[in-house]
Amino acid sequence: MALKTNIRFPQRGGMPEGDPANTHDLLTQEELESRGILFTSLDKLFRWGAGWSLWPLQFGLACCAIEMICTTQSRFDMSRFGYEVFRNSPRQADVMIVAGTITEKMRPAVELLYHQMPEPKWVIAIGSCAISGGPFVDSYSVVAGADKVVPVDVYVPGCPPRPEAIIDGMLQLKAKLSHPERKQVVRDDK
Amino acid sequence: MSENGNAYSERYTLNLGPQHPSTHGVLRIVADFDGETCISADPVIGYLHRGMEKLLESRTYPQGLPYTDRLDYLAGVNNNLPLALAVEKLLGVEIPERASLLRMLTCEIMRLASYMVGIGIYIMDLGAVSGVFYPFQQREYALEVMSALCGARMTQGYIRFGGVQADWNDEAEAALDVLYKELPPFIEMYHKLIDENEIFLRRTKGVGVITAERAKSYALTGPNLRASGVDYDLRRDAPYCLYDRFTIKVPVQQAGDCHARYAQRMLEVEEILKLIKAIHAALKETEPGKIMGAVPKMLRPPAGEAYAQTENPKGIMGCLVASDGKGVNPLRVHFRRPSFDNIAIFSELMPGHKVADLIAIIASFDIVLGEIDG
Ligand code: SF4
Repeated sequence: MALKTNIRFPQRGGMPEGDPANTHDLLTQEELESRGILFTSLDKLFRWGAGWSLWPLQFGLACCAIEMICTTQSRFDMSRFGYEVFRNSPRQADVMIVAGTITEKMRPAVELLYHQMPEPKWVIAIGSCAISGGPFVDSYSVVAGADKVVPVDVYVPGCPPRPEAIIDGMLQLKAKLSHPERKQVVRDDK
Repeated sequence: MSENGNAYSERYTLNLGPQHPSTHGVLRIVADFDGETCISADPVIGYLHRGMEKLLESRTYPQGLPYTDRLDYLAGVNNNLPLALAVEKLLGVEIPERASLLRMLTCEIMRLASYMVGIGIYIMDLGAVSGVFYPFQQREYALEVMSALCGARMTQGYIRFGGVQADWNDEAEAALDVLYKELPPFIEMYHKLIDENEIFLRRTKGVGVITAERAKSYALTGPNLRASGVDYDLRRDAPYCLYDRFTIKVPVQQAGDCHARYAQRMLEVEEILKLIKAIHAALKETEPGKIMGAVPKMLRPPAGEAYAQTENPKGIMGCLVASDGKGVNPLRVHFRRPSFDNIAIFSELMPGHKVADLIAIIASFDIVLGEIDG
């Protein structure tokens, strides 16, 4: 990114000869950052911060919720990434983890909880039930996937997914947060 | 003045759930209060009703088995067992000794894992958040054994019609050794941590008392029944698999209150560990390899009905299978789900208690919603 900024590097002694700063040229963002000046927009700063401190809504639906709880326990310890602050009230949360089967009876409650969360908010669907209805897809009482009810950002497959996968899902959400321009965050570890 | 003599009390309805951290999932309780005192409470269920029994009618027998893992998802293997036993009764197959022992061993391991969740979440609901970390750590040791044995942590589907899926291996052996090493110090430490705790005692002693009579008339089963002084455990009183080979000591509590239900589970954990060791020793004496009985490729049980029941971590789980003898699907499958029967007593137990006691009562029952709603 060779964006020209209109920040001039202060002229002090000790600058090497021929340095662009000495010639009163405009500096690029990289040049500034290499000199230890962080140049960012408020939005980028916010996204960086939010990516490290997502507050999930404590809200379990079925079997997958147990693995979600395991992820917060001492063995897998989600708090290493700053995601352990599970909130009981939707008003204080910014990530909804849909962990389990959504039934027709539960659907209005899930929808209401989503609308009660303040913007900006994200949704992670954990387990095949939340992705597509899973093993219960043809049941008379099951909603075939969380995305029929709320917009979903990250899908974590498994029945139930292992805690490592749930952590990976949270990290995918972080990647999505820091690169909103990307349509789909693809994994680069082949 | 209100009816109960309290000045300035007010009548109101309190809705607990379906999204509430201490309802263990999506249970909803609608309670009426007079001031702080509960006057009526109604559990509203069905928020996790997935129509499992109906789905099983459109699945072949082997396809239906993994669904049972999702009933009481804290102890998957234990749920496979009643369905497997019932279908095997219809088919009339012989189960190899080693497979039976493996079934029992995994059931006991998952029973332990389930109790760990029950105890940990109970303590957490009473406000001691750090009390949940220690049991969950023990649960991880138990799950490690299962994971080494069959590759899955939670919904294993380990039991198959006619036997089990995988034979015992060295990795599982090593994981079980870790469990043997870690569990006894944990039990001792947890007793020290919780038993004398003033807050815990005040919040649980004398709260939610169920007499033996009441417990029996409401068909309570499992640790909740034994905490009320009824000495009944299917593993000893109506043995299935090879439980009749082992001496099973069944601890009993007399008080029937929330504290007794905690103490009951802690005592049972010790017995489970002894039983695991005994079954493990017996397993070592059998020949490796024979873990499946002679089961036809296509399961088509003869027409008829069969019922089997097992002692699960939450109580007695029963399974009725009806076959018409023609199709590869069961005609009807019905489960007796212990948590469902256990919570029926809530409407009678809760009135007269304070708001905070309701939480203690729900937590002490160790319910699981997958099983309640089916
Ligand atoms: S995906 Fe599997 S484990 Fe998760 S809620 Fe659905 S059935 Fe249960």
